[in-house]
Amino acid sequence: MTMTVAASNRREAPDGRMKSLLDELCRDKAGSAGIVMVVALILMAVAAPLIAPYSPATQDLRARLAPPVWEDNGSWRHVLGTDHLGRDVLSRVIHGSRVSLTVGAAVVLIAGTFGVILGLIAGYRGGRTDSFIMRWIDTQVAFPGLLIALIILAVIGPSMLTVVLVLSLNGWMVYGRLTRGAVLSVRQTAYVEAAEMVGCSSVRVVFRHILPNLTSPLLTLAILEFARIVLAEAALSFLGMGIQPPATSWGLDVATGKNYMFRAWWLVTFPGVAISITVLAINLVASWMRLISDPQEREKQFARQMRALRKKHSPRQLQETTSP
Amino acid sequence: MGRYFLKRLLQGGGVILGVTVLVFVLTRLVGDPVKVMLPLEATAEQRAEFEKQLGLDRPIYVQFVDFMEGLTRLDFGDSLWQRRPAMRIVFEKLPLTLELAFMGIGLAFFLSIPLGIIAALRPGGASDRSTVFLSLIGLSVPQFWLGLLLIVVFAVQLGWLPTSGVDTPAHLIMPTITMALPALARLVMIVRSSMIDELNQQYVRTCFAKGISFYRVVGVHALRNAALPVVTLCGWELIRAVAGYSVVVETVFAWPGLGLTAIQAIEREDLILLQAIVFTVAILVVLINILMDVVYKAIDPRLKLA
Repeated sequence: MTMTVAASNRREAPDGRMKSLLDELCRDKAGSAGIVMVVALILMAVAAPLIAPYSPATQDLRARLAPPVWEDNGSWRHVLGTDHLGRDVLSRVIHGSRVSLTVGAAVVLIAGTFGVILGLIAGYRGGRTDSFIMRWIDTQVAFPGLLIALIILAVIGPSMLTVVLVLSLNGWMVYGRLTRGAVLSVRQTAYVEAAEMVGCSSVRVVFRHILPNLTSPLLTLAILEFARIVLAEAALSFLGMGIQPPATSWGLDVATGKNYMFRAWWLVTFPGVAISITVLAINLVASWMRLISDPQEREKQFARQMRALRKKHSPRQLQETTSP
Repeated sequence: MGRYFLKRLLQGGGVILGVTVLVFVLTRLVGDPVKVMLPLEATAEQRAEFEKQLGLDRPIYVQFVDFMEGLTRLDFGDSLWQRRPAMRIVFEKLPLTLELAFMGIGLAFFLSIPLGIIAALRPGGASDRSTVFLSLIGLSVPQFWLGLLLIVVFAVQLGWLPTSGVDTPAHLIMPTITMALPALARLVMIVRSSMIDELNQQYVRTCFAKGISFYRVVGVHALRNAALPVVTLCGWELIRAVAGYSVVVETVFAWPGLGLTAIQAIEREDLILLQAIVFTVAILVVLINILMDVVYKAIDPRLKLA
């Protein structure tokens, strides 16, 4: 079934996989919207000092708690208003994307690498190594993660580095489980056996023959985890145990805005909207990824396409076959 | 069966022991409790006095044995902030946290089933796509922010509900909704996908062919099978609610449960109270896990526990 889908795609897009991937992306509106938003966010984070009208720390004490443009008394000088120190909300939101994306990328990289390596070892070595690693994972999964994270942050002091460390420490287990399961199912296949027969070293077998099979489920998981980490960083910063002032973070800004909630609604609103849009965009990309990389999903999609085609060509015949 | 639960109990004991040792190591070896708990300008004598008072001048292994011995009596010592036994504070706060968690996850469970079924009846249809999109939004909105928005709209602008506190049932409404939303979004997705799978099965067609009514086929025959994964996931959501979300939701609504107390303990650098809270939550997590197994076994007769 999956082969037929691939074949039908090749017919539509003869010049390569990249083109057919783009074709599919264009067909999925939500997925393409997600990709566009993620790319825009990355550009915004990279070029933050160029785009932002002010530096996130610049205080304008004469314009404290200024409302956004469209409110009464709002002015174009501060499009989204200012906070209690007269700092420009728009600039802070733009700069906040840097923290969220950096923490997300760093945690996914660290936790992912660690989890995948342990999962590969567990799945490939098997036996006692496997049961030791799996028991470790089971135990740590049952830990109250957020509370432990809060204790660690309280003891060694909150900062961007410690937030990354703590979130990586809490998040590697999913990668380990997924990798181990996938390795176990690939391990018995003929080509892995053949590679071992030929005399490939175990490192080569693992990285050249087993790991490439895991790319798409791991990529989907990493994107989903990225979204989860952005939310977790925001929550930690909101609780005051994450990014510390004078640094800028969306979660931190919501926390400071909370104190002025009744007078200045824009202080909690805009950073929160920024978090939501970021996470939504990443989630849209993740669900699109799952749709195109999961063979079962592809099968369903193919069935839907065929049904739609049949309907278009002979509506009467279809009615005859389905009516009881 | 008995052996299985013995194994699970041992595993749970391992988790609790692991958490306790980790917390002990973190607070005694990595951090310096005296430095954390005393003000910066404290003199050397004051430090020594305080160390002695807490028994921190003894060798670390003696401290550990003492700590574990206290644990067997559920005695962590007095909270440094409230000057009374930490465990007593925990037992006062625990019911409030459990109430909020059960209300929130219960709400999510009872809403997710009808919503998921409606979406699953016509996959790809308008109601399905809007359900999926709304769930995605529910997954993307930060919980603390949702809580603040609810406060702004329903407490400040409309004045319908109280902003925070625990006095009346009306105080429960917003915290419960905030607690429920992410769980609801995840559960709806699961009900939807497992319901779609079930409705495509042969036995559903057979039921229709026998002339069983639509509502009975969907609501009884298919739902019973589709609900299995949902029950397990509810257990997970309950664990998440107790061990994670409670901190955030309780902070937003000033709900005086374990989560808010944990944050206050951190702010006041009360490591003893914090230890007691983490220990209690670890036990809760293990208990919910075991309970989940029992429930799962009860509703799925095919399952052989191994």
